[in-house]
Amino acid sequence: MTDNSELTDLTLAQARDGLRGKAFTARELTQSYLNAMNDADALNCFITKTPDKALAMADEADTRLMRGEGRPLDGLPLGIKDLFCTQDVLTTAGSHILDGFTPRYESTVTNNLWQDGAVMLGKLNMDEFAMGSSNENSYYGPVTNPWRRSGGETKLVPGGSSGGSAAAVAAGLVAAATGTDTGGSIRQPAAFTGIVGMKPTYGRCSRWGIVAFASSLDQAGPLARSVQDSALLLTSMVGHDPKDSTSINAPVPDFESAMTGEMKGLRVGIPKEYRVEGMPEEIDRYWRQGMDWCRAAGAEIVDISLPHTRYALPAYYIVAPAEASSNLARYDGVRYGLRCKSDDITDMYEQTRSQGFGDEVKRRVLMGTYVLSAGYYDAYYLKAQKVRTLISRDFSQAFNKVDLILTPTAPDAAFGIGEKANDPISMYLNDVFTVPVNLAGLPGLSLPVGLNAQGLPLGLQLIGKALDEETLFRAGGALEEAAGFNATPTRWWRDV
Amino acid sequence: MSTKHPHESGHKLIAGATGDWEIVIGLEVHAQVSSKAKLFSGANTEYGAEPNSQVSLVDAAMPGMLPVINRYCVQQAVRTGLGLKAKINTISVFDRKNYFYPDLPQGYQISQFKFPIVGEGEVTVDLADGETVKVRIERLHLEQDAGKSIHDLHPDLSFVDLNRSGVALMEIVSMPDMRSSLEAAAYVRKVRAIVRYLGTCDGNMEQGSMRADVNVSVRRPGEPLGTRCEIKNVNSIRFMSQAIEYEARRQIDIIEEGGVIKQETRQFDSKTSTTSAMRSKEEAHDYRYFPDPDLLPLELDEQWIEKIKATLPELPDEKKSRFMSDYGLSAYDAGVLVAEKDRAAFFERVAIGRDSKLASNWVTGEFFGALNKAGLNIENSPISANQLGKLIDLISDKTVSGRIAKQVFEIMFEFGGDPAQIIEKKGLKQVTDLTAIELEIDKVIAAHPGKVAQVKDKPKMMGWFVGQVMQSTGGKANPQAVNQLLRKKLGLG
Repeated sequence: MTDNSELTDLTLAQARDGLRGKAFTARELTQSYLNAMNDADALNCFITKTPDKALAMADEADTRLMRGEGRPLDGLPLGIKDLFCTQDVLTTAGSHILDGFTPRYESTVTNNLWQDGAVMLGKLNMDEFAMGSSNENSYYGPVTNPWRRSGGETKLVPGGSSGGSAAAVAAGLVAAATGTDTGGSIRQPAAFTGIVGMKPTYGRCSRWGIVAFASSLDQAGPLARSVQDSALLLTSMVGHDPKDSTSINAPVPDFESAMTGEMKGLRVGIPKEYRVEGMPEEIDRYWRQGMDWCRAAGAEIVDISLPHTRYALPAYYIVAPAEASSNLARYDGVRYGLRCKSDDITDMYEQTRSQGFGDEVKRRVLMGTYVLSAGYYDAYYLKAQKVRTLISRDFSQAFNKVDLILTPTAPDAAFGIGEKANDPISMYLNDVFTVPVNLAGLPGLSLPVGLNAQGLPLGLQLIGKALDEETLFRAGGALEEAAGFNATPTRWWRDV
Repeated sequence: MSTKHPHESGHKLIAGATGDWEIVIGLEVHAQVSSKAKLFSGANTEYGAEPNSQVSLVDAAMPGMLPVINRYCVQQAVRTGLGLKAKINTISVFDRKNYFYPDLPQGYQISQFKFPIVGEGEVTVDLADGETVKVRIERLHLEQDAGKSIHDLHPDLSFVDLNRSGVALMEIVSMPDMRSSLEAAAYVRKVRAIVRYLGTCDGNMEQGSMRADVNVSVRRPGEPLGTRCEIKNVNSIRFMSQAIEYEARRQIDIIEEGGVIKQETRQFDSKTSTTSAMRSKEEAHDYRYFPDPDLLPLELDEQWIEKIKATLPELPDEKKSRFMSDYGLSAYDAGVLVAEKDRAAFFERVAIGRDSKLASNWVTGEFFGALNKAGLNIENSPISANQLGKLIDLISDKTVSGRIAKQVFEIMFEFGGDPAQIIEKKGLKQVTDLTAIELEIDKVIAAHPGKVAQVKDKPKMMGWFVGQVMQSTGGKANPQAVNQLLRKKLGLG
């Protein structure tokens, strides 16, 4: 076991075992993370830190652990994406418009985590309303990726929208974190920061108490340092919730025990449409490497076709903004958050919303309003829904032949802050491999497989059948072992 | 009973300067679902509560809150659909209707746009002359109510009460099948009766649980439909009639002066009984309807629908036919009695085991008349069905005459009490003792020899004698006995 002074180096599973074995206390573990957190302000991962709450929760966990009544996540310190409503703790969704919003309620997912004994370290930075792929769209400023190009000091983005979550996990500021994924917002930042990100099947995690971006696509999931850690966390996050009409009432397996270390008999699909032009050769190489690892673990590689893939991104950028334009209508300055004073109600709305929302949010609200407008609905929204159906059908046909699908997570590694800020289309292309999975409501897992020539992590994505997260954890575990990725970023931020 | 179809009702034409016009009316009735909880939240729906005391996190559209359908409201909508003889759609979809308003916390109303829960149906509307017209129902859908803006509490600020926010409404949309304000009024009364029978809406227009949007157009008889105007949120039947009358006349005047009708949304001013165009800003909405992604399509089980069907009560139309066939009532009387469920039930309690025609006359005549005059209803009526029944029994067994019974009724209505006891106490018992009557007759004959002489040639004078005898007995003499004896004594055989 690692030196106790670096408790933050432990994975979630190791920390759990350490706590149960009384190698250290939850308070000690939590304090280590609080120290790490306080040393890392340069990364800007947190919007709100909750050290007092963390220590109080840790003490409660210690009491239970002492009595041998430990719960599945007892004493494990987590970071929470600031999209989850947390009772009595400021919840901002990374937006100015939610200034001062402190919910009187706890989201179902975070409540599940606290019920299982987890400790909350704070609320993590994110792209405003989860809209973005670089975490540059936060009212609270961009998050900096703990990874830097070899020999360089350029600040890189951690990906988005769960950029704070990914960076905090990668930098060892939290043992693991929650994220949400609407078009890749867990998997892409996981790939950019060299960690594991899991988006479960749509409906696995309750959306109750999560600030909505695009309701038919939003899904919570874990960001963690290992496949096992994400399985551990997901087991606690999921479950049927009658408060969410789209929540699935299905048995919850113990995901951790699905990890058998091999892939015998699994058929792994390789979609030819995911070989996009201009994709760095390194990514293709790791993809092929991934196929070899699959074969070595006992799986069979099968070429498949997902013919409507190229329509996924355009369809996504119609459906998601359409839902967002409506979901964000409630931020009107009337009941909570920011209100710009005015004598006229329309003027109050306009001022509040133009000052409260950032550019990307405004862009998507406008796009969404446009595609739902009279005369355009059929051409855009309805068409996009049809595309969505075709994409789902692509997957279900592929899953007649294969058990899971292997693809790159993102078409490139992390890029510099500001590099793509003025090019929204190029930014949107980051999600080209992840978006189809959300459109079809399927589970997807990104795991780190290696570094590129510049020393930046790259990830591969596993896509599974609906409700078959177990196969993803099984295959993910085997690939993780084969890849042996154990690089960590140098802790340059401690000296800043 | 005859049924008229709208196109036959030529007698409802109204005259303009250049000829006759026909009014065409279609109604959207918003009926609040009788339910303890709201359509998508568990918050209370009771009327008249303290502002913002019945608001859940969902109703206030707090971030991350999600709607969950209230099955009971769905059941109520299905019941209503069945009561309107309408098709129940086993799959329907909730859509979002997007617009900004301070009393609409979500920034959208959850409604049903393309796929409503109830499809086409039909309502038989009873007119005052005992005739009926059919009005087709286009659809019924479920939707959320909005909150209420309050502008008169502060000179500079407006307040919002969200108690109504999220309350379930049924919007019942008719086809443009009505041709006069009378038909429209009768339609609303009938729909109200049906929902009250079903227990799906209390129909209290003054409390806002029922209100209507009224679509009015005019045309020359036989021509295609004219351009319509929609008068929003009319909250009484009287106002609706006034609004229709005004609006039709306004449209006719415009067309006759060579103008054209602009399709628009108008509001009714009850102080001036006129309609006026709403500011274009208020109506120029693009609602951007789309299926609510927080809710799955609503799927109904056929067997569940059948189960609901089996629990439907007897509805006004069936009750009316039964009253006509079982009690021998006229279409008009039956119609009056079934218009309200509790009135029909009251009648039945009175009529059972008694002369039904007599019961009907008393219930619709004296009883309803007295209630209306006193501004009371069945619930707080001072006379029970049992008491009224006893009074009718006393008429039937000739204890009192109909005329005396009316006096007894008035006493009962004002002071309560048992009719037999009142009659006893006030000495109103009918005199059937023939010797007593004979005695009075003899007195009258003795006092008016001149009239006795005349009556032989003018048999019509009999009435005068009867009157005299009744007067001298204080109205208590049995009129038939008086008649018989008088004829004999006067030699009229």
